[in-house]
Amino acid sequence: MNMPALKTQAATAIPVAAGELLRLPMPKPSYFKARLVPAASEFAAKLVPPLIMIGLLLVVWQILCSKPGATLPSPTKIWTEAYDLIVDPFFVAGPQDIGLGWRVLTSLQRVAIGYGLAGVIGIALGTIIGQSVWAMRGLDPIFQVLRTISPLAWLPISLAAFRDSQPSAIFVIFITAVWPIIINTAVGIRNIPQDYRNVALVLRLNPLEFFWKIMIPSAAPYIFTGLRIGIGLSWLAIVAAEMLTGGVGIGFFIWDAWNSSRLSDIIVALVYIGLVGFILDRIVALVASIITRGTSAN
Amino acid sequence: MTSYLKIDHVDKSFKRGSIETEVLKDITLGVEKGQYVSIIGHSGCGKSTLLNLVAGLLPVSAGCVLLENKEVNDPGPDRAVVFQNHSLLPWLTVYNNVAIAVNKVFGSTKSRAERHAWVMHNLELVQMGHAKDKRPSEISGGMKQRVGLARALAMEPKVLLLDEPFGALDALTRAHLQDSVMAIHSKLGNTVMMITHDVDEAVLLSDRIVMMTNGPAAAIGEVLDVPLVRPRKRLALAADPTYLKCRQRVLEFLYERHSFVEAA
Repeated sequence: MNMPALKTQAATAIPVAAGELLRLPMPKPSYFKARLVPAASEFAAKLVPPLIMIGLLLVVWQILCSKPGATLPSPTKIWTEAYDLIVDPFFVAGPQDIGLGWRVLTSLQRVAIGYGLAGVIGIALGTIIGQSVWAMRGLDPIFQVLRTISPLAWLPISLAAFRDSQPSAIFVIFITAVWPIIINTAVGIRNIPQDYRNVALVLRLNPLEFFWKIMIPSAAPYIFTGLRIGIGLSWLAIVAAEMLTGGVGIGFFIWDAWNSSRLSDIIVALVYIGLVGFILDRIVALVASIITRGTSAN
Repeated sequence: MTSYLKIDHVDKSFKRGSIETEVLKDITLGVEKGQYVSIIGHSGCGKSTLLNLVAGLLPVSAGCVLLENKEVNDPGPDRAVVFQNHSLLPWLTVYNNVAIAVNKVFGSTKSRAERHAWVMHNLELVQMGHAKDKRPSEISGGMKQRVGLARALAMEPKVLLLDEPFGALDALTRAHLQDSVMAIHSKLGNTVMMITHDVDEAVLLSDRIVMMTNGPAAAIGEVLDVPLVRPRKRLALAADPTYLKCRQRVLEFLYERHSFVEAA
C-alpha cells in the first residue's frame, strides 16, 4: 500500500513544479512583442498618412468655403445639414425619403443584373472571337468603334426599345461593361501558349474539356482584367443613367437633391458613390487574386 | 521486317504563301520495342519537327508514320511527349497535372482509387511524391521536368517522346535526371525517342543514335548502334573504350562532316 501513496504524492508534486517551470520561459510577452506590436505599428503606418491627408483636405476645404458668399457648403455645414444621411444609411421615413444605403443597394441591384449579363455574354463572345480568326477580323473593328460610345448615348435608344426605365438602365450598364470584357477575354484566349494546346492535343481533350480545363484557367488573368475594368465602368454608368431615368437609386437622388438645392446631400452621396466603387473594385480584384492563383506566375 | 515504330519515307515541308521550305527529306527509321533512340543534329536541322511528326502534332507532307503497323495522323496519349519547357499547367498542382492525364486516359477503365494510386505511383517513380500539392511555380526546373515525365509515363504510352527534355537544365540537374530516366527505362522497358544536342547524353542513354544532316531538307546521315551493356554507370563509362569510340564517331559526324554553317 505504500507504493500508490508515494505515487499520489509524486503526482501532486508535479503541477507545482510545472507551474513554477512555466513561469521561467516567457512565450506570451515575447509573442506579443514579436507579432502584435509590429503588426499594429505596420497597420498604423498604413492608416495614419491617409487620415492626416484627409484631415488636411477637410481643413483646406473648410477654410475655402467658410467665406461669406461661398457657393459650395463647407464640411461643418454638410455635417449639420445632412446629419441624418450621414449617421444612418438605412432609415425609412417615407416612400421617397429613405437612407442612402437603400438607394445604393437599389443601384447595386441594377448593376448586378447588367454586369452579370455583361460578364456571361462578354466571356462567351470573347472566347469565340479569340478562337476564330474570321470572327476576330469581322467583329473586332465593330467592337472597337462601339466601345467608344458614351454609356449615356445608348440611353435614348434603349428607352425607345424597352419603353421602361428599369430595363433601359440595366441595358446601359450591360453595354458599358461588356466591351472590355469581350476584348480582354479574346486577347487572353489568343495568348494561350501553344504548349498548353499541345498538351490538350496529346491528351485528346474534347472541346468542352479544353474550354474548362485549359482555356478558361489560362485566360483567367486577362478575363479578370476585363471584369475589373467592367465593374468600374458599370458603376460610372449607373449614376449617370439613373439621373435621367429617375426612380429610386443613388443617381436619381443626386438629381433630385440638385433640383431642391440640397448641395450638402449631393456631397454626401458623392462620398457614398466613391466608397462603393472602391469596394466593388476591391471585391473583383480579390476574387481575381484567389482564382488566378499560380496562373500568372509560370 | 517491320519495326514497332516505323517512319517510312517521310518528307516535311512548310508552306508560307508561295514559298515552300523543305525541312525533312526522305526520312526512314525503325524503332524496336523497348529501344532507346536518340536523334542528334545541329539546331535548325528539323529534329524537333521529326518528333512532332511522330507525335502527330504536325502532318507529314509525304510518306507515313506507323506505330504497330497502324498509321498515326493525329496526336494521342499512346505517343506521350515530354516537352522541352515542361509545359505543366501552372494553375494545377503537381498532383493534378498528372491526374488530368490519368483521368482522361484511364477515366473509363480504372476506378477513382486506382487512378489516385496510379498518379501517386508515377510521381514516386520520378521521386516527386513529396511535392504533390505544390504548384509548378513553386518547384525547380528539374522538378518540373520530372513532373512532365511523370505525366507522360502515366499515360502508359507505346512510345515516349522526349523533346530535348534536359536542354533547359543546369549540368548537375541534367545528370541527375538522366540517371532517373535510365533507371525508369530499365525498369519499365519503354520505347523512347529522344531529341538532343548533347553528345554525351546521347551516348549515355541510347541504344541507337540517329545523326541528322543540316537543313534545309535534312536527312538521316548516319545511324550508330551503342553496344554498351546496361545498366550503365556514368563514372565507369568515362574511361570505357566503347563509350569513347561512340562519342568520337558522333563528334566527327557533327563537327567534321556536317559542321554547322551559321552564315548560311
